[in-house]
Amino acid sequence: MSEPMLLRCTDVGVRFGGVKALDGVNFQLRKGELRCLIGPNGAGKTTFFKCLTGTQRPTSGRVEFRGHDLAGKQRHAIARAGVGIKTQVPNLFDGLSARENVWLGLRGLEKPERARATDRALERVGITGLATRVVGELAHGQRQLVELAMVIARGPELVLLDEPAAGMTREEVERLARVVLEIAREHAVVVVEHDMQFIRMLGGHVTVMHQGRVLAEDTLEQILRNQTVRDVYLGRSNEA
Amino acid sequence: MMTTSTKWPCVAAIGVGLAAALLVPQMAETHTLLNATIYTSLAIYALSMALIWGYGGILCFGQAAFFGLGAYAYAVAGINFGDSTFALPAAVLVPALFAAVLGYFVFYGRLTDVYFSVITLTVTLILYKLANSTAGEAYRIGEARLGGFNGMPDTPPLNLPFDPAQPLTPAQGFAVTIAALVACYVLCKWILSTPYGRAIVAVRENEVRAELLGHDARFIKLTVFVIGAAIAGLSGMLFATSVFVSPTVFSLANAAQVLIWVVVGGIGTLVGPILACGLLQALSAYLGKIGFIDPAVMLGLVLIGSVLLAPKGLLPMACGGFTQAKRRLRNARSAGLERSHAS
Amino acid sequence: MELLALTLLQVLNSIAGLALVSFGLAVIFGMMRVINLAHGEFIMLGGFATVFAHGMGVNIWIAMLVISPLAVGALGLVVERLIIRHLYGRMIDTMLATWGLSLLLIGLATTFFGNRVMGVSAPLGSFALGAYSVSWYEQVILIIVCLLYAAGYALLRFTRWGLMARATMQLPEMAASLGVARTRVFATTFTVGAALSGLAGGLLAPLAGVVPTMGAAYVAKAFITVITGGASVVVGSGISATLLSVVGTGATYLANPVIGDVALLAAAIVLLRLLPTGITGRIFKGYP
Repeated sequence: MSEPMLLRCTDVGVRFGGVKALDGVNFQLRKGELRCLIGPNGAGKTTFFKCLTGTQRPTSGRVEFRGHDLAGKQRHAIARAGVGIKTQVPNLFDGLSARENVWLGLRGLEKPERARATDRALERVGITGLATRVVGELAHGQRQLVELAMVIARGPELVLLDEPAAGMTREEVERLARVVLEIAREHAVVVVEHDMQFIRMLGGHVTVMHQGRVLAEDTLEQILRNQTVRDVYLGRSNEA
Repeated sequence: MMTTSTKWPCVAAIGVGLAAALLVPQMAETHTLLNATIYTSLAIYALSMALIWGYGGILCFGQAAFFGLGAYAYAVAGINFGDSTFALPAAVLVPALFAAVLGYFVFYGRLTDVYFSVITLTVTLILYKLANSTAGEAYRIGEARLGGFNGMPDTPPLNLPFDPAQPLTPAQGFAVTIAALVACYVLCKWILSTPYGRAIVAVRENEVRAELLGHDARFIKLTVFVIGAAIAGLSGMLFATSVFVSPTVFSLANAAQVLIWVVVGGIGTLVGPILACGLLQALSAYLGKIGFIDPAVMLGLVLIGSVLLAPKGLLPMACGGFTQAKRRLRNARSAGLERSHAS
Repeated sequence: MELLALTLLQVLNSIAGLALVSFGLAVIFGMMRVINLAHGEFIMLGGFATVFAHGMGVNIWIAMLVISPLAVGALGLVVERLIIRHLYGRMIDTMLATWGLSLLLIGLATTFFGNRVMGVSAPLGSFALGAYSVSWYEQVILIIVCLLYAAGYALLRFTRWGLMARATMQLPEMAASLGVARTRVFATTFTVGAALSGLAGGLLAPLAGVVPTMGAAYVAKAFITVITGGASVVVGSGISATLLSVVGTGATYLANPVIGDVALLAAAIVLLRLLPTGITGRIFKGYP
């Protein structure tokens, strides 16, 4: 591939005292690529995600986004650099309407353009009908969608989604998968997930993490046939 | 709540202000006029808290520090320059600068809300102790003796701009104070209508999400804090010209009452705390006159009652309904128990 | 030589004083994460309880060590049942409500007790240290505070009750499933914390006068000490009381008492900036 990588993580490590939450993680993502990040609990997915979002400072290694090292940067600087982030527990402005929530994601744009981009984001996620509803009153699945709209409103080159399907019903998950696939046509997406059905609906490559390291990286079918991965998930072996 | 229109409330405020400035001096005696001026200066103080806490989510337990710094800065500058025109910028800039330094330390240090509250409380206490200890000739800034616990003697009155020989009459003083209140109100309303103002509310609602959307929460909180401090300083100056400057401006009581005005008047409104300020001031004065109940008892009960039954404010609730409060109390208790220790 | 001993005693007495007024608050904040801004008023009422009890003929030691804690403890229980228990998990609201309580108590005390400073004389007299005269009573307070902290530590670390209390503090849901009535633990903790504040007020009554507005002088310092100390009730407040008192006494010695107070408060601000979760948030983490 002659194209430069959008996101290149080299040897990322995080230590808490004596514990290595992440141990030399190498992770690369091309522009417009969709990747799912899976792994058993405690594998380090959340810690790695936090390194990408600026919530956690890696104790070693580099996180390069479009050539710039993001490691240790402030959260808002990372967001401004073109990374859209959806947190595991939805972080929304509960007292404001859905439209206002999305609108706030478009800082720096001129008024008319800002209004247009807000409407477009609501449309892409399919929640135009909820625009004037106060977010605090919406159901969980709807809140997740509002957050998604907020995240993509600005057209970030990289979208990070932390367990977007959590707590959703079957129909909501299908709807979410369609929305994420639509987003993935224009943005690079990394999805951290547990829900295998949802990952199947997304397609794309899957990275498996285990004990702070990348265990395997392949298509979902290959991953499911990978004996080491199966052992790790079924608990037969603790060593990779 | 966020997309309130700005134009009509500002027009109304200017109208009411003009009417008050023209009519009240005609109808009231000097004594009442002076009281009205004091109430109005305190209303500006309430406005500063309504901005930083009601809209900014910054719970400052020591807003009295900026109120007091405004008062003292004005008196010191006024005595030294001999002209209140030059003292006005001092009353606004000194608290603003102080807030900038303190705010930088706290917000860029990412200290949590609780610690911020404690630190601001401590700061006003430190200033109170320092002001109290400045009795004696040795304690002076330029020509101005600080006066210790008795306060500064000869706090200069406001004079016509650039004309120290002409102090303002009570009617003019009242008009100036009303004008200041209206000006600060219009300023706050305008700020809140800009994208920056929306970002202020966003940071209050969910700081994490605001940052993940690219807003620098530290900078936003710092600037709101500084603006609030400047407004509080202005109110301190106007208070000082009507009363006089003494360490009580830094007192815990002064810090508490502005909080109570916002708790009662409502979070997320500028007018509510202003009204609550007037109401509670009048109530305190009335109780003080009767001498039967100590005003502190009433204020304490009001604060406790508001927190328990109407966390969004007594005045907003009175417009809402009483049964809602009881339901909220029950729900909050069970939710709180589940959430306790989630800090 | 005597000057050195005198200075040492002064520093120790100052540490003991700060540790004493902070202990009740440390118990409540450390165990329940409740910020009780009426803490100063609990101390004040403890002082008044001692003054009145002694005035009615009760032995001064009984008044200080028994009557004050019981009286204020009872008040604490009432406050917890009526106000605090509705506000668990809402730290800022608790601060506001207890500030309201503080105003209420000051107002009531002023109405019923008036504005004059009342007092009792310090028992035990003084002894000579070279050319200086030192109060026996202050040294007794020093010993009482040491005993109090040691007892608190032992209780939390070595008894079954202490274990349950610490478990409830760290994981309320888990403790509930182990059969600990969480609301009962909270009510007991708040009552104990209030009683300790009352005790502090009683013990301090002979040293400083008792007046309805005296609480303000204590609440800020106690707060600062507790929050700088961090989550550990005994170890945390003990260490921060020591550090802050040393700074405060040093500054008082070099300048004057006002500067001493200011230095103490400023030192706490600096410490908090360096250790935002308090001293025992990093060092001695996990100790009771």
